[in-house]
This record gives sequence, C-alpha cells and structure tokens, in this order.
Amino acid sequence: MTTTVAPAAVDADKDDALKGAPRDWLPLLLVPALAVLAYPLVGNPSTWVTLTIAALAMGMMIFVIASGLTLVFGLMDVLNFGHGAFIAVGAYVAMTVLGTLQGWTQAPSLALNLAALGLATLAAMTATGALGWAFERVIVRPVYGRHLEQILVTTGGLIVAEQLIHVIWGGDQKPMPLPTALRGAITLGDINIEKFRLLAVLVGLVVFGVIALVLQRTKIGLLIRAGVENREMVEALGYRVRRLFVGVFVVGSALAGLGGTLWALYRETLTAAIGGDVIVLVFIVIIIGGLGSVGGCFIGSILVAMMANYTGYVAPKVALASNILLMVAILMWRPQGLYPVAKR
Amino acid sequence: MSGFTNTLLSGDGPRSRVLTALLAVIVGVLALAPFLFDGAQAINTAAKICVFIVLAASYDLLLGYTGIVSFAHTMFFGIGAYGVGLAFHFWGPTWTAGLAGLGIALTAGLILALAIGFVSLRVKAIFYAMITLAVASAFAILAGQLSDFTGGEDGRSFRVPELLRPTTMLFQMPLTGMSVTGRIATYYLIALAAAAIFLGALRIVNSPFGRVLQAIRENEFRAGALGFDVVAYRTIGNCLAAAMAVLAGALYALWLRYVGPDTTLSFAIMLDILLMVVIGGMGTLYGSVIGATIFILAQSYLQKLMVIASSAFKGVPLLPDIFHPDRWLLWLGVLFVLSVYFFPTGLVGTLRARAALQKD
Repeated sequence: MTTTVAPAAVDADKDDALKGAPRDWLPLLLVPALAVLAYPLVGNPSTWVTLTIAALAMGMMIFVIASGLTLVFGLMDVLNFGHGAFIAVGAYVAMTVLGTLQGWTQAPSLALNLAALGLATLAAMTATGALGWAFERVIVRPVYGRHLEQILVTTGGLIVAEQLIHVIWGGDQKPMPLPTALRGAITLGDINIEKFRLLAVLVGLVVFGVIALVLQRTKIGLLIRAGVENREMVEALGYRVRRLFVGVFVVGSALAGLGGTLWALYRETLTAAIGGDVIVLVFIVIIIGGLGSVGGCFIGSILVAMMANYTGYVAPKVALASNILLMVAILMWRPQGLYPVAKR
Repeated sequence: MSGFTNTLLSGDGPRSRVLTALLAVIVGVLALAPFLFDGAQAINTAAKICVFIVLAASYDLLLGYTGIVSFAHTMFFGIGAYGVGLAFHFWGPTWTAGLAGLGIALTAGLILALAIGFVSLRVKAIFYAMITLAVASAFAILAGQLSDFTGGEDGRSFRVPELLRPTTMLFQMPLTGMSVTGRIATYYLIALAAAAIFLGALRIVNSPFGRVLQAIRENEFRAGALGFDVVAYRTIGNCLAAAMAVLAGALYALWLRYVGPDTTLSFAIMLDILLMVVIGGMGTLYGSVIGATIFILAQSYLQKLMVIASSAFKGVPLLPDIFHPDRWLLWLGVLFVLSVYFFPTGLVGTLRARAALQKD
C-alpha cells in the first residue's frame, strides 16, 4: 500500500529542515586543510599535485564502495561485514567479461575501450546486485536487530563467498590489464596524471551526484532519508521500509561491484582477498563520516585516501596506522563521526 | 562430581554425559599425545590444539561472556608471540630473556587493550568490531613493515632455552625405551600452562565478576541500572581476554620457535578463532575446547578426507573443485553460518540442553 503524502505536509517538512538544520560546512574544510598541511611535508609541488589527484581517485573508489554500506547501515541498522566479498565478486566478473572482449580492450580506440569497460562494469554490477539480493534474503534477513549475530553471520558469508571465488576462478593472482587507451598518463608540465585516475574521479563524482540527486530530489530518496531518521514513523505512514531496504541493499551491493571493478583495474592485479585490503579503509571511512551519512562518507573517503597517499609518500611504513590516528582524532572531535545521522 | 574436581572446575562442570566423555577423550589424548603417536605431525597438531584452546577460550570470554565482537584478538596473540620470540632472538635463549619478553608483551597488550577500550567500548558492538578490525590490520601491516625489528614478512626464528631444545635428551622411558627429548618437555610445558590458564578462565567466568559480565551481555541497561559500571567491567573483561591471548601467543611462539605475521597476526587466524568459538559454543568455555579441537583436526586431517571425495567426483563439473582439499574452509564456513542460525549455543550448548531435557 502506498499513501500519497499531502503536498502541504512535504513542504512543511522541507521548510522545517531548512530552518532546523543549517548546513554544516566545517568538515568540508578538513579536505583542503589536510592538503595544505601535507604540502610542506611532501615538499615538491608537482609531486604534491600528483599525490592529491591520486588521492582523489582513490577516494572516489573508496566512496563508491562505502556509500552502499553506510546507507544500508543507516536505513536498517545492518552492517554487512561481507561487503568485501561483493568487491571481489564484482572484480572477478569484470575480469571475465574483459577477458572475452579482448578485441575491444586492445583496440587503440577510446570508444571501444570504454564500451568494453562499460559492459564489464554492467555485468559486475548485475552480478553483485543479484548476489546482494540473495545475501540479504539468506544471510541477513533472519538476524535483523541482533548485532552480534549480524556480525558473525555476515563474516561467515564472507568466508563462504571468498572460498566460492576460489572454487570458480581459482586461487592464483590474476592480471587485470587496463584497456589500451586508458594506460599511461597525461603530462601537464611536471605533473603526471594517470588517465585511469581521471576516469575513476569522474565515475566517483557521477555516483555521488546521482546518489545525492536521488536522495534529495526524489520521493524514494525522501523515504530513504526519512527511514534513516525514524524508521517506525515511515512504516506507520504506510510505506514498506523493508522493501525499500532490500532495494538499497541491492544497489549498495551493485556499487560494491562497480567499486571492485575500479579498484582491481587500479591495482591491475586481482586475488580473492582484494576485498579485505580495501574494506578496512571503507570501515574507517564510514566511522569517520558518521554511520549512515553519504555526505560524511564522501568527505571521509577523500580524507582517508589523502592520508594514505601523503603518508604513503612521506613515510610508507605507517600508511594505515596514520589513518587510524586520523580516525581517532576525528572521533575525539565528533564522537559520532563528521555528520552523525543514525541515532543508535 | 567429587569435591576436588568440582573445585577445580569452579562448580561449572560439563553437565552432559556426552560432553563429559568427549572432554575426557580430548584431555586424555592431549595428556598422552607424545606417547600415543609417532611422528611430528601428530604432536604438532596436539600442541596447536592446546594453544588454540587457550586462545579460543580467551576470545569466548569476550564474545560469549561479555557480548563484544572484537577483530583484534590476533593482535594480542601476536604481541605475545613477538614478545617472547624477539626476546629470545635479541637477548639469547635464556629463561630470563623469555620471561622479560613475556612481561613486556603483557604490559604492551594490556596498555593497548585499555586504549582501545577507552576509545570505543562506550559505543555499540558494531562500532567496536569495525574499530578493532582497523586497528588490528594496521598492527599487522606495521609488524610486516618494521623488518629491522620484527623480521618483516619473513618473521624471526629463534633458539629456545637448553631444556626445551629438540636435541636435548632428558631421559629414556623405562619400558618402551622411548627417549624423552626437550621437544616433549616443551609440549608438556605448553599443555600444563594451557590447562592452568583454562581453569583460571573458568574460575573468572564463574566468579561474581563473571556473572556481572554476563548480566551486561544479557541486558546492558539493566546491569547499569543496578549500579554496575558497564564500561569499567567491559574494559576489565577486555583486558583479561587480551592478557590470556598474549599468554597463548607466547606458548605458540615457544612451540614453533618462530614468529611471523602469517602464524600469529593474519586475519585468517582471527576468522579461525571466530569459527572455533561459534561452532564449539559461545558462552561456554568448554565450547572452545571442543571447537578448537574440531577445527584444528579438520585443518590437519579434513583435507585428507577431501582428497578422497574430490577424486570420487572426478568428471562431474564443479564438484571436484568444491571438494578440493584446499576448500576445507568453505565447509567450515557453511557450518559456521548454519550454527549461528540453528545452534546459536554451539555444540556444547546443544549437548547441555539435551542433557537438561533428559533430566526432567
């Protein structure tokens, strides 16, 4: 059953939201602040620009993966520790498709390359979306509301999925070559910008734009945001939050597939454990951003990626540890993350 | 149950005939392992079981008794192993070096546990799980990177004190003529230490303190309302579990005479512990004995069974791959998911419930 909310009520809500919640710009300043702080440590301007762009690309990939996870948590209080499996499955499916389209990927034409990539991504997203649907149905549904069991069961799902990847694709490391036209870098003066990173930034921005548009400008987005704020109220108004949630779960899984494809192309190699490496960063990102917040997730992704890239250059041994420090520092400033959403 | 055993087990017996029999077999075989089996693999497996019983029990203290999911337990295990291992490596194979290393490891482990606790134990289980996962991966990477100190990815081999070396001949068994080497002495050192730590843990969970932990697990709000400082109790529980894991790590290093990221710090081991505790039974320390034993046996011997299964399905698509000996974890993973759903109290809880039904 769907009831239409009287337009007046929606308008009133909007007005209230406008008055009640002034935009919180402070966390946004963290990104340029971190970039400026890192400059003297890096020292060299062209290296600094290269690192910053690399960080933006990496941040966008992390964001694509993390956005689904954080939304699912915000909406239904479910944290999927098996999210890493979707990353890996997406990457493997994309690799398989790219493997069959070798004629297209090795052609020097950018259009054909992008078409092959598009098809591979589409396949990856379909596969992980379907997998997400099954995962929600079989693994997550029986344990709603019970955090301990959720963590355990989704971790179990991760083990099984990772093992099944071994069964289907084999356990050895696979190459994941970039299509011809995306290899190499564009050189502007001293600055090298790898072409694939530009593509990753573009994809990430598009995903962010689409998510923001859907959340802010459509009815489904309104319901999702309302569900994050107060699920019972939305249910009481006659909407099936459950169905909405399954949808978000599937989209989140599909995004993990997209992110996995990008991530594997970025690293140009692929193992079944690929999800494990990035999921740690993803967790840090959603803690920093505030569980359930897409905007916080966006800023958090860029911050974490910047930290990883700058320290990776300045002091490579402590790259991940520096991100833990970043997380602790931000939690001391805002214990619920940059943009606290879910009040749980 | 006689008075002495009752005191030894802190009044918390197995409470099921099948379970008692199983435990008796496990303890009996572990106690006599060096004399029952020939060959290195059997005694390696037995020592590994002893160590992982302690490790799983300490994790159960967190997961089963306190209701906290931590992914940083291998970090403490690793701290114990590295503490003893690096002490032997840098300061020579003396008992003082080993004990000093253990002391340093315990201190470091407790400080880390306290720090993580203060930052994150106030918040929800999910938050804690995520933060510990992040901290543990950072620690593992750090241990792999600081190669001058830890030996990096290769780890460090070291020599143990004279008494515990395989080449040391202690005496010959009067009847069988079997020679008792330092290796066997090490095994018994580990087995006895494991037994002592396990009984200590049993004492802790059956003390008033342990009851408070369980009360917090069942209903945090109510426990707080009764006047118990929830965060303080959780932090202490966390520290106790960490200390036990450090001890387990030290024992493991002593047995392997090697420390490295793969044997102590890897996420795979963390998942192994989780599987052991859940399959054996959360919230019962006996569960960790059963779980660890089953898991290690499966790890060492299930593969052999699967070779047979795999070759039996030859020619059928996909099936040989599913039964491929390297895929043993797949089956344990499925068992894990099923047991969370259908036997949330694990094997031990199920056996106990059945015994309780029969009594009525």
